[in-house]
Amino acid sequence: METYVALSHFAQEWGLIYFIFLFLAVLVYTLWPRNLRRFDDAAKIPLRED
Amino acid sequence: MARPATATSLSFEETAYALFLGLLAAICLLIAGKAWDIPMALHAGIGAIFAGIGVFLIINGALHRKAWTPELIDGKPNYNYGPIKFATIAAIFWGIAGFTVGLLIALQLCYPALNLDLPWTSFGRLRPLHTSAVIFAFGGNVLLATSFYVVQRTCQARMPGIVTPWFVVLGYNAFIVIAGTGYLLGVTQGKEYAEPEWYADIWLTIVWVVYLLTFLGTIWKRKEPHIYVANWFYLAFIVTVAVLHLGNNESLPISIYSSKSVQVFSGVQDAMVQWWYGHNAVGFFLTAGFLAIMYYFVPKRADRPVYSYRLSIVHFWALIFLYIWAGPHHLHYTALPEWASTLGATFSIILWMPSWGGMINGLMTLSGAWDKLRTDPVLRMLVVSVAFYGMSTFEGPLMSVKAVNSLSHYTDWTIGHVHSGALGWVGFISFGAIYCLVPWLWNRKEMYSLKLVSWHFWLATIGIVFYITAMWVSGIMEGLMWRAYDKLGFLEYSFIETVAAKHTLYLVRAFGGGLFLLGALIMAYNVYMTIRFSARQEHASASGLNLAPAE
Repeated sequence: METYVALSHFAQEWGLIYFIFLFLAVLVYTLWPRNLRRFDDAAKIPLRED
Repeated sequence: MARPATATSLSFEETAYALFLGLLAAICLLIAGKAWDIPMALHAGIGAIFAGIGVFLIINGALHRKAWTPELIDGKPNYNYGPIKFATIAAIFWGIAGFTVGLLIALQLCYPALNLDLPWTSFGRLRPLHTSAVIFAFGGNVLLATSFYVVQRTCQARMPGIVTPWFVVLGYNAFIVIAGTGYLLGVTQGKEYAEPEWYADIWLTIVWVVYLLTFLGTIWKRKEPHIYVANWFYLAFIVTVAVLHLGNNESLPISIYSSKSVQVFSGVQDAMVQWWYGHNAVGFFLTAGFLAIMYYFVPKRADRPVYSYRLSIVHFWALIFLYIWAGPHHLHYTALPEWASTLGATFSIILWMPSWGGMINGLMTLSGAWDKLRTDPVLRMLVVSVAFYGMSTFEGPLMSVKAVNSLSHYTDWTIGHVHSGALGWVGFISFGAIYCLVPWLWNRKEMYSLKLVSWHFWLATIGIVFYITAMWVSGIMEGLMWRAYDKLGFLEYSFIETVAAKHTLYLVRAFGGGLFLLGALIMAYNVYMTIRFSARQEHASASGLNLAPAE
């Protein structure tokens, strides 16, 4: 039971922090102004093929 | 991988598959001979036959080979369309089978005599046949076909392997045959949407891992440096379904000669794992996979890039972070701890944001091209499917709220909700994708008849409206009847009174389902004529004038 409690606390707290920061990293990557050109280009991939 | 010099000798890949399938056939024969029950003997027999056919196809294919298939033809990738064509046809076949069984069980609920008093045709066995046929057989083949098409085209690379893509498509359909016949014979582990028994589960695991490797292999070979967003959604779908399948099928067969197994989880743990699986089958099979279709086919058909590529990235990560937690909302007011069901409901509400973000992204892709909706019924189908996606992903979180769920749970409202998602979103985006894919794969300019596409669209749309409105009315009515008390504090209605009250609404539902099936039959005819004959001249007759084509 003690191992369970310790493990579940670890998973809950650090899991939450990990996911929040991972998502923030995704947002920064997505909204970084320099990446916009690349994304505009990527959006055209389906239309570009022969 | 190095290939032997002569075209008729077996490659390493072919040898490996032939040996594996040969061994499998031998094991199946052994199990069939020593089987404890008839379904096991039958399924092992079918397995032996399928594996034997596989060995024959591999050797026969090699013997009749004139030359190795080139990676490039005139500098362009030589895309592998054979398995995609098979999966497209299989999707149409299983779709019609699944819709027909759906109509039959809808009528069984109106007229119990249609159960025929036989175990094999009873509602309890046909219902999982219906759900698995439409979700896994129809939906699964659509996902196989479109994912193999999209990943090759957006990576500009041919799928790896000679046998491998065929193994995925044929192996998956072999699983469908085993699962479907099993339901009729009463083989089930009693888990909703995960009914197939242990041996079918092991086979699906093998096929699914090969599917993942084929998909990743194509991405690995890509000429286009950026991995297009649709491939991210497909990848999330493939990986998560693998995890879900392994997690929810932890069971031990009582013997390798028996079709029966015992589950590892029990009680409320089992229920939690089951609905973690069940809801994420919705989230990753029926949502992420079909969103991948949206992100490729809507831009392609509208001839416009997706509205916001940035939004598509946020959509992807938000959706996969959130969906995985929503399962417990299926278990409100049960033995599940309340914090868990509150957590499930909370994440379901938060899911409104990525769901609607994705819907807006799909719909706004048409900005500047809205006029195409008037002339192109295929695009109309794709767009209406996205609208249904928005509607059912609004309704779902609403129903996950405990107060609403106390009225809606166990009623037909749930059935209505599921079908607005399944018929409206999954069905329509699949039909739209099939109407795009068939001319592309068989090298035709357009479908045989766009007028028939229009007919399909309207029949199916009206059918869905009949279906979901009937289920809303019937669901809320029975929910209210179940909780009605008289002035002495006794329940006002007996259960059978609620069943009797729903009879007419069940007829309306069956009528709606019938229209939907009729639309699918029109699609099958249209696809057949496209493959057989190509497009039909039908614009001139509309105005009675013989206008010259503007080319």
